[in-house]
Amino acid sequence: MNEARLRQNIAFTVLGAVTLLIVIPILLVILYVAINGAGAITWSFLTEAPRNGMKAGGIFPAIVGTILLVIGTMLFSLPLGVLSAIYLVEYASDNLFTRMIKLSVVNLSGIPSIVYGLFGFTAFVLVLRFGTSILAGSLTLAIMSLPVIITASKEALESVPFTYREISLSLGATRWQTVRYCVLPYAIPGILTGTVLSLSRAAGETAPILFTVAAFYLPRLPRGAFDQVMALPYHLYVISTQVPNIPLSLSFATALVLIAIVFLMNLVSVILRAHYRKKRLW
Amino acid sequence: MVNEPIVQTFDLNCYFGSVHALKNVNIEIARNEILGIIGPANSGKTTFLRAINRLNYLQRTYSQTGEILLGGRDIRKINDNLLRKKVGIIFALPQVLPISIFDNVAYGPKVHGTTNKETLSRIVEEALKKAYLWEEVKDRLKDPAVRLSGGQQQRLCIARTLAVEPEVILYDEPCSGLDPISTAKVEDAMQQLKADYTQILVTNNTKQASRVSERCAFFLMGELVEIGPTHDLFTHPGDTRTDDYITGRFG
Amino acid sequence: MKRLWRRISEPIIESCIRLSGLAVVIFVFLIFLFLLRDSLSLFRHYPLGQFLLGRKWLPISDPPQFGVIPLLLGSVYVTFWAVLICVPLGVGSAMFIAEVAPKAIKNVLKSFVEILAAIPSVVLGFLGIIWLGPVLRDTFHLSTGMCGLTGSLLLAFMALPTIISISEDALTGVPRTYREAAYGLGATHWQTLWRVILPSASSGIVAAVMLGIGRVVGETMVVLMVTGNAPVIPTSILQPLRTLTATIAGEMGETVGGSEHYYALFAVGLVLFVITFIINFIADLFLRRARK
Repeated sequence: MNEARLRQNIAFTVLGAVTLLIVIPILLVILYVAINGAGAITWSFLTEAPRNGMKAGGIFPAIVGTILLVIGTMLFSLPLGVLSAIYLVEYASDNLFTRMIKLSVVNLSGIPSIVYGLFGFTAFVLVLRFGTSILAGSLTLAIMSLPVIITASKEALESVPFTYREISLSLGATRWQTVRYCVLPYAIPGILTGTVLSLSRAAGETAPILFTVAAFYLPRLPRGAFDQVMALPYHLYVISTQVPNIPLSLSFATALVLIAIVFLMNLVSVILRAHYRKKRLW
Repeated sequence: MVNEPIVQTFDLNCYFGSVHALKNVNIEIARNEILGIIGPANSGKTTFLRAINRLNYLQRTYSQTGEILLGGRDIRKINDNLLRKKVGIIFALPQVLPISIFDNVAYGPKVHGTTNKETLSRIVEEALKKAYLWEEVKDRLKDPAVRLSGGQQQRLCIARTLAVEPEVILYDEPCSGLDPISTAKVEDAMQQLKADYTQILVTNNTKQASRVSERCAFFLMGELVEIGPTHDLFTHPGDTRTDDYITGRFG
Repeated sequence: MKRLWRRISEPIIESCIRLSGLAVVIFVFLIFLFLLRDSLSLFRHYPLGQFLLGRKWLPISDPPQFGVIPLLLGSVYVTFWAVLICVPLGVGSAMFIAEVAPKAIKNVLKSFVEILAAIPSVVLGFLGIIWLGPVLRDTFHLSTGMCGLTGSLLLAFMALPTIISISEDALTGVPRTYREAAYGLGATHWQTLWRVILPSASSGIVAAVMLGIGRVVGETMVVLMVTGNAPVIPTSILQPLRTLTATIAGEMGETVGGSEHYYALFAVGLVLFVITFIINFIADLFLRRARK
């Protein structure tokens, strides 16, 4: 075996080892949480409210809270994100303003989650007087989710063949009619996939909801959009750091439920992507 | 120059960025004529065609000076959507939407406001008949249009253009991807449409131009070199450049 | 009638679309503005110089001291060690995934990376408290496992998906002609990878690293939960320390609205905003260069 070959084999083995070094911990983390938490996952755990200052009972309100926050986030971020993407792809011309918009999208995606929390607190809780509420939390998470939805929608819109637009316009349709009938319907799969992905991240976020919505011990379910609510990520944070003597299995179980929900949403997004790739019309 | 011109251009200059694609084109096109436009590649033929229905503006670097009149009216004063209804275009490669044959043809009337199902059915049937496609698809209107052959798809494109009742039909090398039989069918359709529509045919096939058109215009490097009755242009062209192109000294 | 409705509704819809385009710009602006407004309230009474250069963060002493240096250095320490770990690992696996792994394994590996990206930070923080912290404490014989290193390790883990996926994109984006030219000259796969592909993907990889750094700097929950609670100038990564992000998250609950402490936290937020803005801007420049 000549020297170059030998060097290649060594190099590739090192790279493989490095990759393994990353992959194995991922597996271990999931297994560790699953093994330690599965035991405490009972039907009552999932459907009951917490008791005894979080040391017993279930996490139902937190699950509900997380779901409500995800729905709220979607309601605000999806329309705005898709419309922004439509503007960027179908209406914007190549000028400074458009570059500013694209730069803003990049910026929004890089802002630390805690800074979003500060902003949400000032803007929604204080200035708009929503108070710590599902509304404030959803709005904060929605702004945080915008960059992902905009980027995914942009890609989806750009992947629709240009000829469809050309055909529509050449028959005398307006720009909006063209977008609505000849572009958007074919971009929906990509938009959907990106949205579900972005929502799965919103479900796992803690920092933005610290000051805008999260309550620690709220055994009853929320009654409206202006109510506070429990949420799984915040719940896990508090029981890991501020509640002494909590049975460890409960903490692991909470972590497991959170991971399960986030992974489930991720899986849905992946399935959607694969499904629509098969059905692609061009 | 021409009685009852339907399309006129005055000192038309077209630019893509700094590229001067069309230079000082002055032309008049008569109602119900079939005008052929010939010339080598990059001579501005397609640019000229697409200037008439303002499709060039889809390119962000495009600009133009000069006037184009449709039926005596400056087309800048006509709403783009109305203009493209009146001036339809058939592209070089058949492009259909990924929907049914019926929906492809009905798309135009629908966006212009026709929603009544019976009216649409009637419009679709008439358009497909005029495009010589009705007999072949009448039993499978709900089938996806992409399943048609290239020649059929191109006739479908003609049908969908006819469905919005244009006054002028532009053809941008419509038969370049088609076999001789499909080409013949398209040319037949064009002859039949002559009675009701003005047609402008860009082609790089001089034989087709001589078959189909009554007048012919020769474009070279963005300039309108010569325009005249087809027979005259082909037998004794006025300009040596025209002669060179037609006899094949360059192409 | 319908035509009239269309004539009215279309311009309205198109205005909504144009406004939406504006929305992101407005949001960035608003975020900056709100941070600035409350930060300025601090600087009315507390000197800017002492904030930026002060070495003590003692918000509850009398008089309170709001020096940001301990927090800044805390972030720097944690980020430095995290980057030291995750860049070689990340770029190395990206190289493996993009160039070496056979197709079937490649997809499995990419799925793993996606799974990692999906793990919420609070879960990793939890694991840091339960498992990693005690392990490090015992390994290094520390008094507590809640130290900077715990944070760095977890942060490195979290930043990996960003670095891996963007680097992988950069590597696969290298034109085939480059590879074919190298093979044509008799180079081995490794030689091609090391000498041709990697250099030509360098802009993208630099962008990936910068975005990874941005991710690390901006992470809150992990550092809040595992790096300890000591806003002092760190002398070693094995000590408890505090980052900019953890300070805001940890102390906000204890402040009174309108107090100096409250405004000081916004000032810290402003510092964070500026830092991540710069990092992202530079990363974007490199991404643009990579796309050419």
